Amino acid sequence: MSKGVLVDVTRCMGCKSCQVACKSWNDLPANVPDVPEFSDGLNSPAETNGYTYTTVAIRTVAREDDYVLRFCKRQCMHCLEPACVSACFARALQRDPQTGAVVYNQNMCVGCRYCMLACPFNIPKFQWDKTFPIIGKCQFCFDPNGKLNRIGQGLAPACVRTCPTSALQFGEREALLKEARERIKKNPAYIKHIYGEKEIGGTAWLYISDTPLEIFGFRQDLGTRPLPEYTASYLKFTPYVAVGWTILLTALYLYTKRREAVEEEKKSAQG
Amino acid sequence: MKGPVTAEKEWLPEDWRGEIGELTGKKWRFRMTPARVVLLALGAISVLITVYRLFAGHEAVSNLNDHWPWGLWIGFNVLAGVALAGGGYSTALLANVLHVRKFSVVARSALLVSLLSYLFVMFSLFLDIGKWYNFWRPFVFWGYHSVLFEVFWCISLYLVVQLLEFGEIATERVLTGWHALFKKAMPVLLIAGVMLPTLHQQSLGGLYIIAVGKLYPLWWSMLIPVFFLISSFFVGPAMVTLVSTLAGRAYRWTVPTEVLQKLIRVSGVLMLVYLGLLVYDLSSRGVWGLVFKGNLEGNMFILEVLWMLIIPLVICWTPALFNQRKWLVVFGALVGSGVVLNRMNVVFTGMAGYLGGHYFPSLMEWALTIGFIAITALVYMFVAENFRIHAREEEIAPEVAEVEKGVVA
Repeated sequence: MSKGVLVDVTRCMGCKSCQVACKSWNDLPANVPDVPEFSDGLNSPAETNGYTYTTVAIRTVAREDDYVLRFCKRQCMHCLEPACVSACFARALQRDPQTGAVVYNQNMCVGCRYCMLACPFNIPKFQWDKTFPIIGKCQFCFDPNGKLNRIGQGLAPACVRTCPTSALQFGEREALLKEARERIKKNPAYIKHIYGEKEIGGTAWLYISDTPLEIFGFRQDLGTRPLPEYTASYLKFTPYVAVGWTILLTALYLYTKRREAVEEEKKSAQG
Repeated sequence: MKGPVTAEKEWLPEDWRGEIGELTGKKWRFRMTPARVVLLALGAISVLITVYRLFAGHEAVSNLNDHWPWGLWIGFNVLAGVALAGGGYSTALLANVLHVRKFSVVARSALLVSLLSYLFVMFSLFLDIGKWYNFWRPFVFWGYHSVLFEVFWCISLYLVVQLLEFGEIATERVLTGWHALFKKAMPVLLIAGVMLPTLHQQSLGGLYIIAVGKLYPLWWSMLIPVFFLISSFFVGPAMVTLVSTLAGRAYRWTVPTEVLQKLIRVSGVLMLVYLGLLVYDLSSRGVWGLVFKGNLEGNMFILEVLWMLIIPLVICWTPALFNQRKWLVVFGALVGSGVVLNRMNVVFTGMAGYLGGHYFPSLMEWALTIGFIAITALVYMFVAENFRIHAREEEIAPEVAEVEKGVVA
């Protein structure tokens, strides 16, 4: 059974302490670039980048006769069947089956950025300013051989540990799903959907909200089929094409060569 | 090992024939002209940018960003570069595997263009990747579930195969003692040299399968590998026509019109297949509405289909045009640039709506691409002037040469 985090948008007050905790636990620089970037006045930075694994998006939402603020933490969703892992041709991205963390190993990485193209949530980011850049993405505080390990020893990730309103809850994914269903059932304000339960085969991070998640940039067109299956359904033909085509080409080569020789023999016999 | 057949060396001047003198041989020809000086300068600039890029990082050189992880170098240099190199394997299949001897005249030139294109692609890839000292890793650590893994392996192996195939040409002049061995290996090399591109030409399209929901539905399809494969094959004759026209002027090398016509007809048939498949694909996915929506994507798609398929097909199947050599060149230019447009549409037009942000290649990105093309052209000229690349008239079968005279007259 793998781990997960339940994000309850209704409980988040946008304090960004998760963002700070992430930076400090992972030894990430505070501001890259040097000048902080804001969008909509409050979001900073507007998106994750090579040095920022998580951001809290802040949106103003119009209600019947009022405006309300809604906040949502974004980071790697830690898919159960991650597109990035399937796309990595150097095995630099792996999913740990025990915890469910999708982890990037910078020593294996070539820097091709195909993971960035593959990820349906646009999570992997690149350190464009470095001579030897690495991909920046949330590691779920999983670092079994290093000093950043938390969930590998049963601790909650740094962001969850620091959340003062329990908008973030860490636990077994199955248990969190149960919890999410209960909350949705009890309170009619929730939208009746757990984002991440079934999307592209499921993600470790689950979201429930009283506001449509589109406003935070969550794709609604993902479907339930895991993305690696698309690729696999195509790649499975490769061995057959390779072997079959080689045999066919060899046969054609020999046949046409023989035909040519026969024709030449005929010609010389006539001549 | 048996010595090389002397008849094969007879075209070489006396003083080139010594085995040791071959490499150090003073007689390497490379005539400098003003145009070549310009190409050399452009090439030199791109070499400087390459070094700067490798040691200063990406941001110092390119405009790539987190929204646009792939830009001009992957889109044009790699995706379009590999497609345009399709002339190599398509000609090899026709001339040397299926033994359609008519096409042998262009086989060497096509191989050289293809080989140089792949070198161009490999250098571009190397300087685009972030941790370039790690480039070898996928050879050892197999991420076999990635389409990129297939692309990487096939392109690398194919480059080796092409270098060995070129060895057969090179050993006519240098290290002639090895020539017989290369000749013996040719059948194996030829078959591998058709099989490998068949795999990676399609898997280059297959890279985008995982971008489902990202790539605009006019281009995203489970059939995109097939489209990439067919177009890389039918662009081959187009490139052969263009190169033989350019090289023909420079080197008084006349490829018979009949040969080009036959090649282009092969293209024409495959383009019809492509068009049929495209119609089927758009219908089965129910996205015809998007074609005529009038937005950027729809219009670019229409432009691409007209440019790459419809107009060339009209030329191909209209006898009045098909019998004129200049229209064959127009066909080559349209299909060649049309396939580039198709790849650009996949990488840029089709992704722009989803990716957002901004990307336009920086001056240095352009300069590098242009400089690499200049170097490729220079190397082609050098090799063509020092090795037997362009078959001479007397080597063309007499009956073909006669037909040619008739057509020209």
